[in-house]
Amino acid sequence: MNLNATLIGELIAFTVFVLFCMKYVWPPLNGAIEARQKKIEDGLAASDKAEKDLELAREKAAEELKEAKTQAAEIIEQAKKRATLIVDEETTRGQQEREKIIAQGHSEIESERNRVKEELRQQVATLAVVGAEKILEREIDQAAHSDIVEKLVAEL
Amino acid sequence: MAAEEVTLSSHIQHHLTNAKMCSTDAGLAFNKACADSGFWTWHIDTLAWSIGLGLIFLWIFRSAAKKSTTGVPGKFQCFIEMVVELVGDNVRDTYHGNSKLIAPLALTIFVWVFLMNLMDLVPVDFLPAFAGFVGEQAFGMDPHDVYMKIVPTTDVNMTAALALGVFILMIGYSIRIKGLGGFIGELTLHPFSSKNKLVMVILIPCNLLLETIALVAKPFSLALRLFGNLYAGEMIFILIGAIGLMQLPLHFVWAVFHIMVIVLQAFVFMMLTIVYLSMASTKSH
Repeated sequence: MNLNATLIGELIAFTVFVLFCMKYVWPPLNGAIEARQKKIEDGLAASDKAEKDLELAREKAAEELKEAKTQAAEIIEQAKKRATLIVDEETTRGQQEREKIIAQGHSEIESERNRVKEELRQQVATLAVVGAEKILEREIDQAAHSDIVEKLVAEL
Repeated sequence: MAAEEVTLSSHIQHHLTNAKMCSTDAGLAFNKACADSGFWTWHIDTLAWSIGLGLIFLWIFRSAAKKSTTGVPGKFQCFIEMVVELVGDNVRDTYHGNSKLIAPLALTIFVWVFLMNLMDLVPVDFLPAFAGFVGEQAFGMDPHDVYMKIVPTTDVNMTAALALGVFILMIGYSIRIKGLGGFIGELTLHPFSSKNKLVMVILIPCNLLLETIALVAKPFSLALRLFGNLYAGEMIFILIGAIGLMQLPLHFVWAVFHIMVIVLQAFVFMMLTIVYLSMASTKSH
């Protein structure tokens, strides 16, 4: 145990080393460590967030797909209904048209028949009259017997 | 037989003597010429080895700091950062104040003391014998007059200087954080206190005595613990080195055990420094 001037020398050396360490060694090393820790922390947080986002997007996509499917089914259903409706309508309309056309034909035929009947009746009357005239030319005065002829015509 | 004993003890004595330097009326003098130079003697081996090792420490860590990257670190940077984190974690766990000095101080103490202790693992005769050889060949000295103690921490001046530095910081922190009054109060008003003013006046000297002893014991224990452990270790290496061929297995065993002592003492010195400074900067009472 002989303390001497070495103590002072070492004390100075110690001070200088600590000051150097404090100024040029500790801050950059510690700074690098802390900056890296921050970086890693941020990276982990970002990856967590991305994972969550991905999960969310997946859920959303599945939901949208489901919705689209439902919508498509609905549209198909509607289209089917509409098609049935159109077919029914057209069938009804066709039937009506047919009936209308048939009825028209009937009435045309009826009127033609009536016309022909009338014409025939006229012609028969004229023929009867002509026939009767021919007969009566010899026997009867036309004027005296016209009422009988008329009666005949009416009876036809 | 008697002559042999003298040789052994002189061998040991030779190993335990520092290389001295002092200035006398005739200029610079060395070793035995400095026998009665008193306080103004310099242990040049202690100074050279400790400062050299300190510079190695700063060079290694500074080069790591210069190349340090926040990205993926290399192996060297990883190793340095491991040391830095070990020290930093201990500082953060123990010292709760905000100080830019404590962590670098702890790092310096830990690595520097570790490197100085590490010199203990260099076989005891290598460097002193080499120094003796160089002294003989280059300066024509008697090799027995060339002294070389390569483990600076086996010199009490070294450990005392470290402890004194820590002690100065302890007082500085105490006064800065608690104020001069707070520091004096801590020394005088505890552990005994009384409401009665008269009793208090009697108690103050007792407190002062106790607290001063407690305060001064800290640097003393710091210095002597490190010195004692390393001096004893060195002593055993020297003794083992003196017993002939049987020294080899014994050396190995003691060196393995000493590896632990080396790291542990460096760590303990650092840890206690942090603890003492932490105590100095918290208002405990």
